[in-house]
Amino acid sequence: MKEKLTSLWRELFGDSVRAFGVVSLVFLASLAIAPAKNFFSEWRHYQHGYLKMVRNRSDANTLQRHFQGGIQQIWLPELGVVDRCTSCHVGVKEATLADVPNQPFRAHPVIPHKLDQFGCTVCHRGQGAATTLSEAHNSTLAWEQPILAAKYIESSCGECHRGTLPGTPQLNQGRNLLVRQGCVHCHMVKLPDGTTLKATDDPPSLSHIADKTTREWIFAWLKDPQAYSATSTMPNFKLSDEDAREMSAFLIANSTPLPEMTAPVPEKTTFDPAAGASLYGESFCASCHAVQNAAGNMVGGDVGPELTRVGTKVKPAWLQAWLKNPRAYDPGTAMPHYRFNEVQLATLSGFLQGKTDPDFLVNVHLDVATPVQIAHGKRLVSDYGCASCHEIAGIKKPENFAPELSRIGSKPVTQLVFLPGIQHTLPDYIATKIKQPRAFGQGLKMPQYAFTPAQIDSLTTALLSMNDRSQTLPPSLAVAATPESDYQPAGKAGKLMADLACFSCHRVNGHGGDMAPDLTWEGSSVQREWLVQFFKNPGTLRPSLIRRMPRFNLTDAEVNELSDYILTVYQSPAVDREAMPLSGYAQGQVELGRQLFYGKYACQGCHIVDTKTDKGYIGPTLTQVGSRLTAAWIYQWMKNPQSLRPGTAEPNRAMSDEDASALTAFLISQKGGAKQEVAKK
Amino acid sequence: MNRYCSGLFIILIALVAASCSRRSDDTSLPKATAFGVAIAASSGEKQTAQTGSLLPQPVVVQVNDEQGSGVAGALVLFSAAPGVAFDHSSGLTDSSGQVTVNVSLAGIAGRYQIVASTIDKSRRKMEVKVEEIALGYQQTLGRHLNDQYCDRCHNAESTVERVSNFDNLEIKPHPFTEGDTINKINDADLTAIISHGGPALNKSALMPAWGNTLSQSDIQALISYIRAISDPPSRSAGPVYAKD
Repeated sequence: MKEKLTSLWRELFGDSVRAFGVVSLVFLASLAIAPAKNFFSEWRHYQHGYLKMVRNRSDANTLQRHFQGGIQQIWLPELGVVDRCTSCHVGVKEATLADVPNQPFRAHPVIPHKLDQFGCTVCHRGQGAATTLSEAHNSTLAWEQPILAAKYIESSCGECHRGTLPGTPQLNQGRNLLVRQGCVHCHMVKLPDGTTLKATDDPPSLSHIADKTTREWIFAWLKDPQAYSATSTMPNFKLSDEDAREMSAFLIANSTPLPEMTAPVPEKTTFDPAAGASLYGESFCASCHAVQNAAGNMVGGDVGPELTRVGTKVKPAWLQAWLKNPRAYDPGTAMPHYRFNEVQLATLSGFLQGKTDPDFLVNVHLDVATPVQIAHGKRLVSDYGCASCHEIAGIKKPENFAPELSRIGSKPVTQLVFLPGIQHTLPDYIATKIKQPRAFGQGLKMPQYAFTPAQIDSLTTALLSMNDRSQTLPPSLAVAATPESDYQPAGKAGKLMADLACFSCHRVNGHGGDMAPDLTWEGSSVQREWLVQFFKNPGTLRPSLIRRMPRFNLTDAEVNELSDYILTVYQSPAVDREAMPLSGYAQGQVELGRQLFYGKYACQGCHIVDTKTDKGYIGPTLTQVGSRLTAAWIYQWMKNPQSLRPGTAEPNRAMSDEDASALTAFLISQKGGAKQEVAKK
Repeated sequence: MNRYCSGLFIILIALVAASCSRRSDDTSLPKATAFGVAIAASSGEKQTAQTGSLLPQPVVVQVNDEQGSGVAGALVLFSAAPGVAFDHSSGLTDSSGQVTVNVSLAGIAGRYQIVASTIDKSRRKMEVKVEEIALGYQQTLGRHLNDQYCDRCHNAESTVERVSNFDNLEIKPHPFTEGDTINKINDADLTAIISHGGPALNKSALMPAWGNTLSQSDIQALISYIRAISDPPSRSAGPVYAKD
């Protein structure tokens, strides 16, 4: 062996000329490696493939003309983008390549942005500067940001767009869940504009909990909130029986009674269950509260708590006092203060008290708690951070109870601890953490939520949108959200509106719910007579709606107060309510309007004027519109409905002034004669 | 020579190990305890979801016997184009003969075929194809606009929350899934009907003009959504992502 090597050495480097020749050859070969590497590079391979594919297409000439060889790059210093993705994704800007089945040649689907202005990695993440597939798409030791899975892509929209977008339902839902499910009670989220995300759920105060319910119920609830109410937003803390026993003991012992809530129930009056059900229906409790029906479906809204088993939970005295005036127990509640009389109170509370689940508390037997147990319960209550969400007398709301999430979308993977079997990417980590937070280790405090897989994807999307870029984006590039205003009406009427919780459903000046119509311009819209009658006996304007305005049993003085306030304050500058008369239109005008209504504009497709012939079910019924709306409002509505109520489904028909006048004359003549007479009697 | 032998030996071991690991994958499948004679989709067909996201409802397939009633314990395998994810790609039928699977569609908009297969006693493979639709950004925006402006009349189905207006209309609108009719109307004509109302194409005035309410890009988004959900599929809706 050794001899062979020595002879080889001698053959190659025996004399200096030969050695020079050999070394030159070696250098030459190694120099050739670089161009060869370039020649055989991946992107060149794809570009060849692209040209080959394009050759046989009918639009080959155009595509070949657009083609530019070599490494392509989109450079956007403002966004920090250096993207060479288009070196391989050659046809990404060619609209005609939308139907190419295989990547990387498919055209980018239509989006509202130009690729040259935004690059690729702003939305898709990955390594823009890389020129091989594996380095661009996957994470490597040097570059750790892999490409973003398609299901989270909307998170990238959220980096710049701070508000709701119609094309990003998943991001919208995720952001909504963050505040609705109370995540931000414990996790601070600072928004790029300097504000902090505020929770929109309203966990009840526990300072007077003993007025409301029993220790047994608290125990069962703490053990498994979803067993009581499947739709509850309270998470499961996976407490041991002992912990739940002690925490319930503390909460009861810590509670102080409110005199209003513990007044003895009046002599038990018999009530008619049928009357209870119809009062529940008439009061439109179901607009906010859900009850599980026999088939297991939830029927009703999700603004207030589910009431399927409410009789098992609340004490009779508390329930009556709550129905009498919920604000006595919780001044900030979204529940309106109905003015029920004593009979109604007994009927409704009797009806609700009957909604029980005998199995729910059947296995709960608690011994009287010792002071030591109560003291331990207090420690548990503060350890688990109950006061982050609930007000509890004697326990301060903890600060920085859970990690801040303002930049969670940029957290380096190296700082994360993964569960076995989970892909080592940030989105997978976040999704798993939301799905099974306690699996990550012993003694972790984050409770178990009952999220559906779709909700977990939405939440992950929203969290990924909160990252370094969203925080450091120049304000000129961000699209701000319309902030919720803190509008509060003033004076006596304002107090009345707060008491009736009008803004739980209605919106005025950018504040309030979206269940019922926006009332910002209501004062320009309706006639006083109608409004007064409506408060006294709210009928429905839209036959197909299941959520309706409840009757609050207001006094005449209250009705007048509210009507006056609405008619004077909620006026649109675009509509002068006195500008057009409510009657006295020429018969010819009215007839022309009728023809336009049924002919040119075919309004009967959505509205009903004549109950005998019209069936339209989408817009409000117009049989009495002449006694409801002002003529000036109708006219302006004909001209441009969106200017009065943005987002309304009524199309803008760009009507001429003549058409709008004639339709106004026709509609204002619809006084619903027969019905009005009945009302007068 | 010896070295060659040991090299070969190592390669052999590696090969055996690799094939073993493949085999252990196979044995992780549940064992079928019964066999049916037919497989059919029971629910969850023709759903729409955004690209990459979960279908709103699970896909349920049923394995039947000769009498057409469900067979419990039959093995059903699910497969689809790359990128489509199942929460479990195989399963045994339950007591009613059904297997339920949650499906996430892949990242490119288009139609996806999900293949559910089972075998009968003689190991003959039977399969059923379920088609699902993935919506891209534009179609998602279109769906949003459809829900807001179009669906109440163009969709005859009512829900508790939304009562359909379809039956109230004297001249019935075309449901957007009605591919036989809608596919024959080209984009320009659809744009004209949406912008200027039914009379623009000599159709009913019950279809109002939306040109002053919706922007051009809104209307394009709506059309892309209509094209995406029509049945049979529209030619311009892009390729079908079937399993290779």
